[in-house]
Amino acid sequence: MTDRPLLELDRLSAHYVTGRGTRVVRAVDEVSLTLRPGETLGVVGESGSGKTTLALTILRLLPPAARIVSGALRFDGEDLLAKSPNEMRRIRGKRIAMILQDPMASLNPLFTVGDQVAEPVRVHEHASRRSARERAGALLRAVRIPAAAQRLREYPHQMSGGMRQRIVGAIAISCEPQLLIADEPTTSLDVTIQAQYLKLLRDIQREHGLALIFITHNLGIVARMCDSVAVMYAGRVIESGPVRQIFNAPAHPYTQALIESIPRLGGGPERLTAIDGQPPDLATLPRGCSFQARCPRVVDRCREDDPPTVQLSTEHSARCWLAKP
Amino acid sequence: MTLLEAHNLTKHFPLRRGLFGADPGAVRAVDGVNFTIEAGRTLGVVGESGCGKSTTAKLVLKLEEPTAGEIRFEGRALRTLDAAGLRQYRRSVQAVFQDPFASLNPRMRVGAIIAEPLVTNESLPPARVRERVARLLDLVGLPARSAELFPHEFSGGQRQRIAIARALALSPKLVVLDEPVSALDVSIRAQILNLLVDLQRDLGLAYLFIAHDLAAVAHMSHAIAVMYLGQLVEYGPAKTVATDPKHPYTQALFSAALPSHPDESRDEIILTGEVPSPVNPPSGCRFHPRCPHVLPRCAPEVPTLRGAFGREVACHLYDTAR
Repeated sequence: MTDRPLLELDRLSAHYVTGRGTRVVRAVDEVSLTLRPGETLGVVGESGSGKTTLALTILRLLPPAARIVSGALRFDGEDLLAKSPNEMRRIRGKRIAMILQDPMASLNPLFTVGDQVAEPVRVHEHASRRSARERAGALLRAVRIPAAAQRLREYPHQMSGGMRQRIVGAIAISCEPQLLIADEPTTSLDVTIQAQYLKLLRDIQREHGLALIFITHNLGIVARMCDSVAVMYAGRVIESGPVRQIFNAPAHPYTQALIESIPRLGGGPERLTAIDGQPPDLATLPRGCSFQARCPRVVDRCREDDPPTVQLSTEHSARCWLAKP
Repeated sequence: MTLLEAHNLTKHFPLRRGLFGADPGAVRAVDGVNFTIEAGRTLGVVGESGCGKSTTAKLVLKLEEPTAGEIRFEGRALRTLDAAGLRQYRRSVQAVFQDPFASLNPRMRVGAIIAEPLVTNESLPPARVRERVARLLDLVGLPARSAELFPHEFSGGQRQRIAIARALALSPKLVVLDEPVSALDVSIRAQILNLLVDLQRDLGLAYLFIAHDLAAVAHMSHAIAVMYLGQLVEYGPAKTVATDPKHPYTQALFSAALPSHPDESRDEIILTGEVPSPVNPPSGCRFHPRCPHVLPRCAPEVPTLRGAFGREVACHLYDTAR
């Protein structure tokens, strides 16, 4: 692990503009993050918190209605915002890969698994049909798929959900990327299959030294998999830092409530700490802090001014008026 | 007091007969399952997709008829009930499903949705119905004016509250909760789980709680039944099963559950392979091809569910320990 960051986001904002500019949704709002090579970052948030838009922003795959309005995005020392669409195409799938939630939707039902696993190698490395085929076989074995040679000739519908998701994983690592973004990769899997898959991702990460961004709503995955975590709420990172520091001493009331609201195995039947209310509508955010309506420790200032980002230690920061360094 | 008893409950779904009339077999979704639900208590059922937990729920709701075995409710076998008795049973057993976006009719106002069971089952004057709806809304923590609105005007958590209000309309004794919080946002789940606990305490409801989130099941339940390929492998008091599982499958399942803190290190037991097909389940113990502690007798001999260590477990490892 070197100290030079692999990925650096500096006050990056991506907004959706709808209704001819009358409605602006700040899906990603001034997000700053750094990720070193080989490191695992968890991005946690509820639906609508902007975590998936953040992933699409990093890959510059935003839909036409959205655009990056400000900030900087550097990957391996290069400015990704200055790249042409062609240059981005050469980065995506080769140096930055992504795994999506639903493996059935990310595999093409009309092509064999072999064709799909070999495709990135053929496109990015101009490999011959035969050597791409061999690589595909090796990749299936790397993601622990038994009878790989036979599976290469089969179609996605012939496989179980867990196996399909491993094939998506094989495609993602086919060109040995430096960064892998996984967006809720295990949500559709059963518990024991999820455990298998998380272990596989960790093994692959160790073998290839790749950096991982885990986008999830599940703090348990963060606790098991990640080195650092960024908690998103209403498009903003409201707290970020090393996983242990955040779990031991969460500074933002939202992070605190989120950690306390998970039921524990072997815990008693005591009441769970619930967060009242609903996540806010991003198009009609209130003045001041976006969590104010649900915050148990809200003060007058929260309704007036945006809370600043308070640096609590070298790596731990929180966006809250109550956070004290 | 025992509210509901399932005795040797079995449901096989026959497969379509092949071209030459050979018997194609059946999906053995639930295969000889025994459990009881006590009045005012929660039985949690855990297991992975295809283990038969949703079929079990459907059998309890009488949405499916058992192939063999029986369900007894308040001491009477459902098979022996006449039309009036069945109507009474269906009033006493209600359900809340996973997806509150699919389970509420988008064209009906919330008041009409909650009133529907009252209208079809009881002939009450409209004023009384409105009064009952208002009381039910209050019970689940929604404002009275919600009755005039449509489901799309509510968030996921609020819709699940509406579904709960509808389930409570006929004052049931048992509510089947099939994954009631898995479609909800994390910050909302605790609200709904707390509401369910409060309602159980205040109304003396019994729950059949089905979920794949093990921590939530352990939190909510008094007893836990662990299912694998249509059979119970372990069954006992929730705390005993959750903190000290004995069946190798339960151990693997609970070790695979995600930690609530990064320092919480469980011995991870990673099972190899996937759940086999319930059409042709493995011989002997159905878990033996994936079991890390498999013994020679596990393939030929079927283990029976027997008492050991304060719970029931179906595993040859404990044959001598009893």
